[in-house]
Amino acid sequence: MSLPAFAELLERLVFTPGRNAKLALLRQWFADQPDPERGIGLAALTEELTFSAAKPAMIREIVAARTDPELWRMSYDYVGDLAETVALIWRPRAGVNAPPPLLSEVVEALETTPKAEIPAVLAGWLDTLDAGARLALIKLVTGGLRVGVSARLARVALAEWSGVAVEEIEEVWHGVAPPYASLFQWLSGQAPRPDPREAPVFRPLMLAHPLEETDIAALRAEDWRAEWKWDGIRVQLTAGPGGRKLFSRGGEDISAAFPEILAAMEFHAVLDGELLVMRGEEVAPFADLQQRLNRKSVTARMLKEHPAAVRLYDILIDGEEDLRPLPFDARRARLEAWHGRVAPARMDVSPLVAFDSLDALARLRDGARAASIEGLMLKRGDAPYVAGRVKGLWWKWKRDPLTVDAVLMYAQRGHGKRSSFYSDYTFGVWREDGELVPIGKAYSGYTDEELAWLDRWIRNNTINRFGPVREVDRGIVFEVAFDAAQLSSRHKSGVALRFPRIARIRRDKPVEEADRLETVLALVENHPR
Amino acid sequence: MAAPHPQDWLRVTPAGLFCEPGGFFIDPTRAVDRAVISHGHSDHARPGHAHVLATRETLAIMTARMGEGRAGATQQALRCGDALDVNGVRVWLRPAGHVLGSAQVCMEWRGSRAVVSGDYKRQADPTATGFEVEPCDLFVTEATFALPVFRHPPPEAEMARLLRSVALFPERTHVVGCYSLGKCQRLIAMLRQAGWDRPIHLHGAHQALCRTYEELGVPLGPLRPATVAKKDELKGAIVLAPPGAVADRWARRLAEPVVAVASGWMRVRQRAKQGGVELPLVISDHADWDELLATCTEVQAPEVWVTHGREDALIHALAQRGIKGRALHLVGLGEEEEDIPAEEPAA
Ligand SMILES: [Zn+2]
Ligand SMILES: [Zn+2]
Repeated sequence: MSLPAFAELLERLVFTPGRNAKLALLRQWFADQPDPERGIGLAALTEELTFSAAKPAMIREIVAARTDPELWRMSYDYVGDLAETVALIWRPRAGVNAPPPLLSEVVEALETTPKAEIPAVLAGWLDTLDAGARLALIKLVTGGLRVGVSARLARVALAEWSGVAVEEIEEVWHGVAPPYASLFQWLSGQAPRPDPREAPVFRPLMLAHPLEETDIAALRAEDWRAEWKWDGIRVQLTAGPGGRKLFSRGGEDISAAFPEILAAMEFHAVLDGELLVMRGEEVAPFADLQQRLNRKSVTARMLKEHPAAVRLYDILIDGEEDLRPLPFDARRARLEAWHGRVAPARMDVSPLVAFDSLDALARLRDGARAASIEGLMLKRGDAPYVAGRVKGLWWKWKRDPLTVDAVLMYAQRGHGKRSSFYSDYTFGVWREDGELVPIGKAYSGYTDEELAWLDRWIRNNTINRFGPVREVDRGIVFEVAFDAAQLSSRHKSGVALRFPRIARIRRDKPVEEADRLETVLALVENHPR
Repeated sequence: MAAPHPQDWLRVTPAGLFCEPGGFFIDPTRAVDRAVISHGHSDHARPGHAHVLATRETLAIMTARMGEGRAGATQQALRCGDALDVNGVRVWLRPAGHVLGSAQVCMEWRGSRAVVSGDYKRQADPTATGFEVEPCDLFVTEATFALPVFRHPPPEAEMARLLRSVALFPERTHVVGCYSLGKCQRLIAMLRQAGWDRPIHLHGAHQALCRTYEELGVPLGPLRPATVAKKDELKGAIVLAPPGAVADRWARRLAEPVVAVASGWMRVRQRAKQGGVELPLVISDHADWDELLATCTEVQAPEVWVTHGREDALIHALAQRGIKGRALHLVGLGEEEEDIPAEEPAA
């Protein structure tokens, strides 16, 4: 019964906005399904396992052979989605009495069936399924599951289901592979923990809490060390005889996008640092790093024009020695010594910022307007390296945001709970020639009431539609808060904002009085090149 | 002498279908002198007629909804199977399986027989007598779900999904959107059949008709008003509410509600998503595509008139079966059963 059960899980995940509910659904899947079905399902949800055995056009042909063209046209017109129309309109051949396939049967058949025979195999399966399961099968074989289950969410569900801490699961995650039989056996107490041996696995990162004004008074300067919080992405580097890997903060393997970093990892250690694009000594704007992210491979030109580097914050493991239980000060000394000894290419150590009082530190923070700096990190000198966000050990102390008054230009529907609202906003500022040019997009910062009001306003003031996007009349001014402005060749305006969010709707402000592009350009800290 | 063609004695007028020799309307959309009413939904049963002929149950439902006097100045009950002569037109009723009391209006004049089915379904429903086929020369049908993408799954399977969800989220309140006449009581009766004997909670809009059903001999088991103030009592409970209320402030005040809607429209994901539905249940009181085609074939009528819905697809498919189809484009029908929360805010 695994495919119909998987279809029900999928449908519930698609319609369920709440994270807790998603977790409950996943826990139930792990509890109810045998191996290898549960592991295959997990891999399909997180897109560890994807198929391209069938293209939508093939599915369309299979159904065309069985459907009146006029009725197909009217149905497709009404439903709007090819896979869904096929799933709904499919009429199982009379007299089919085979049971629905198991997920594992589908996976195996897709891998072994010659391409020419796939349509017949698919049609045979479709005949055994109900509409919901047909949709699941079609989405699965065409590689379009997209249910929004991240590997991280899946690991949390595994932890809740098994009672094993999520950090422990994260440590073995990169050492196991679909259908995860050894993982499930360990988590259900039937086998010892899978041994990653030398395999380069992810160790969960230590994270910081935002520092509020009210927390500051309780801090004594001598207990704390300060570092700049660089505006890149937090990474973990792990290298040794078993291999090398570069992980993002959430444990995603991003090695393939940064071959030059991998090449420089000629050591046996696990390090924590910030991934940046650097030209010589200079940190490039975040937009440059963005060009390097989410790529399966990189061109030589990319490597040359947007060279990556890592600014190291911490050392977790040196050779075979786990340094995480040591206090920060001791680890810091080990990091500096290690860096001096190994001297890896493309890596430097993020300097400590000297201060004698928190007031002095606050002044340093406010003075640091370089776009490459997001703010400060405060770390207790005696804190060990512990996974997760433990309060009171690390603080992040961001700079106060900058703001700009910008005009709403385009709106798009959101996702999940907000899918019926126009909740994603592109806004712009005035150029010298009187044209409005977009400078960013914001998805947050407004209240539910404001969202409802904006949604109504957008529907009543649409002047153009491009697929899901509506262009609106110039009529709304947003006060947009953001962390930094950076030059960007990818934006028509030449500037990009970091972390923009709607601070206020300026119903009082006429659109002509929104900010000019020059004002925004003046906020750009780095004018490199 | 050959029997007359039905169009010679059954006419489409602005008020709806009119039986000329009998001098009465069937499900008229405005107040008339003489009306035969197929069932109690507000798009078929309007207030203010002088004389109303319908089943006993439909008359009781109309009175409950409209108030004494507004549901026909004089009411005449006709049992299914009994026949009446109205100015030379033989009139009788046959169960339609749609909601309690729903009936097809059958008429014969000078050897020509027409059946106006109102709304109907062929699925089993513990609260409505099952549809009966009446062979005829002209069959008048609805076409609400007349597209081959609409094939309603077995309702018991949908109910089982609801109960699995209740078991999985015992701390949350399951609020099921359903219209107040028919669907609400059908869901309650199906829950009872599935072994759910705990009290079922009702939004205020659903209480009166449940009482009417019980008075008419349909037992529904323990029912309670869904008072939002007692939100803790509603943890793990099933609440039935009008579709318009489930995505509304009212429902948000329940304990982490799981919003479900029971409707044939839930078959299409986009429809469900737009309504903010978390658990779409495909349970309909209308015939699906297969049922429409099967019924039009079984009544053996050479001609089928389509009152409202997707008449283009149905007429196309009937033509392939040698049946002549005609779209009546009757306005005002199909409005009560649009069983879906407000589509887009302010669109
Ligand atoms: Zn009806
Ligand atoms: Zn109707």
